[in-house]
Amino acid sequence: MDTAKGTAIKYGNNVDTDVIIPARYLNTTDHKELASHCMEDIDKGFVNKVKIGDIMVAGENFGCGSSREHAPIAIKASGISCVIASTFARIFYRNSINIGLPILECPEASEKIMDGDEVSIDFDSGTIRNITRNETYQALPFPEFIQNIIARGGLLNSIREDK
Amino acid sequence: MGMTMTQKILAAHAGLDSVMAGQLINAKLDMVLANDITGPVSINEFEGAGFDKVFDKSRISLVMDHFAPNKDIKSAEQCKKCRTFAKRFDIDNFYDVGEMGIEHALLPEKGLVCAGEAIIGADSHTCTYGALGAFSTGVGSTDLAAGIATGQAWFKVPSAIRFNLTGKLSEHVSGKDVILHIIGMIGVDGALYRSMEFTGPGVSSLSIDDRLCICNMAIEAGGKNGIFPVDEITREYMKGRVERSYNIYEADDDAEYDQVYDIDLSSIKSTVSFPHLPDNTRTIDEVGDIAIDQVVIGSCTNGRLSDMKEAAGIMAGKHVAKGVRAIIIPATQQVYKDSIRNGYVDTFIDAGCIVSTPTCGPCLGGHMGILASGERCVATTNRNFVGRMGAADSEVYLASPAVAAASAIAGKISGPERSK
Repeated sequence: MDTAKGTAIKYGNNVDTDVIIPARYLNTTDHKELASHCMEDIDKGFVNKVKIGDIMVAGENFGCGSSREHAPIAIKASGISCVIASTFARIFYRNSINIGLPILECPEASEKIMDGDEVSIDFDSGTIRNITRNETYQALPFPEFIQNIIARGGLLNSIREDK
Repeated sequence: MGMTMTQKILAAHAGLDSVMAGQLINAKLDMVLANDITGPVSINEFEGAGFDKVFDKSRISLVMDHFAPNKDIKSAEQCKKCRTFAKRFDIDNFYDVGEMGIEHALLPEKGLVCAGEAIIGADSHTCTYGALGAFSTGVGSTDLAAGIATGQAWFKVPSAIRFNLTGKLSEHVSGKDVILHIIGMIGVDGALYRSMEFTGPGVSSLSIDDRLCICNMAIEAGGKNGIFPVDEITREYMKGRVERSYNIYEADDDAEYDQVYDIDLSSIKSTVSFPHLPDNTRTIDEVGDIAIDQVVIGSCTNGRLSDMKEAAGIMAGKHVAKGVRAIIIPATQQVYKDSIRNGYVDTFIDAGCIVSTPTCGPCLGGHMGILASGERCVATTNRNFVGRMGAADSEVYLASPAVAAASAIAGKISGPERSK
């Protein structure tokens, strides 16, 4: 995961896991099926407009609520290449790292990127480029410990390697 | 520098003399928990990563509570997957229909979690067990799979917010009103990544059920965990439930807190969270006229015996308003039996309620009381997000059992005083 590039799809503060994937669809673990209902309670059009590589941008406390890992799974399986938010809820943050959905905390990008902007991201440096507005923003880097989990292909792979 | 209660428990489980906020540690776990929604994802991850042993079959709990008794074929398949896994590894604490209750009511009741322990659960309301002086927190299914395999989890040691409680709650005001009041005050991300430590002379006036309810909703303020000190009330609750020895951790006098809030319990009024966030609170005298279609009394937040007692006391001799569906869900089989024995179930049925077997059911919009478009529900549950209990334009108002019961009788959101 070195770079990502796509169109921004923007939401507000406190996007909770119930709207990311409503519980009525949690009777399956199938990634594609989960993706087909992603965001439907706050944005019915999401599943039709999202293109592979698109970037989800939101405000504070993204992913609050339930611990359902189905939420980052649904976002990832819908084609989103990265979620940028001002802050993330802690369980969602862990889950995203564990399943390999790239996420970046960047209050400036969260504020300045507008829906429909073309955005590119360099994950190694944490630099976010807004191509539409010709601006760049700097995301907070992951702690080294978490970078190691990502580099080793997720939590379970890193545990297996340690054994 | 001194440590908070949470930091002391984490240090002990990481084999360290002390830890500091922000430090990354690997901690040993006393219990790991999953349910019929998160369990199947954990099992997929566990098996997909090639693990063939669990760390300790007596320290894993699998509770079939969310969509059980199975609401459809897919849910049945998910429970079947958990059942097969439990059988394969001879998991001691597998709770299926007949024995199961709502996980966060069941585990404390069975003595499977207790003071001083470190617990993770693939369910965000795992933070409930802090009421017993434990560190417990919700994680996702992959973290849980790692916990099942290794009995360990990594944590960033949290800093803490202290809530210094004084005074005593008024009649018909309960732990639910305390935590809704706090969430309204600090916001849904007011405790993001942090511990919420409840201390002070007011603690001794709160029952275990009040404390379980308060810690249960720590996650609704973004908290990593909620925790109470252990006192005589905690010890009395654990007596007869917990056979093993346990450790009691107290915060150091010089422990550092990000913030300290003083809360006079006697000043707290019945509180309602309006749609669509738990921090959108109003006190009962500010709610206005809001007609309702449904009431749900139950869940891991408020499905315990004292909740049933409070609701039955208010409904006794009265009848649910015409046009309102009232659904009562005792959280465990024991709560159900005690509610029958104490006459609460008779009261509920005579009042026009239905009484269900334990299930999370309607709380997360699973089954047993889904809302149609435009409908409103007063619920003793924990979340009122968009679409949480059904249609995207339905509404959930979070409240205490007392307010929910009084509202069912009145047909609109009402405090218990007004219904008398």
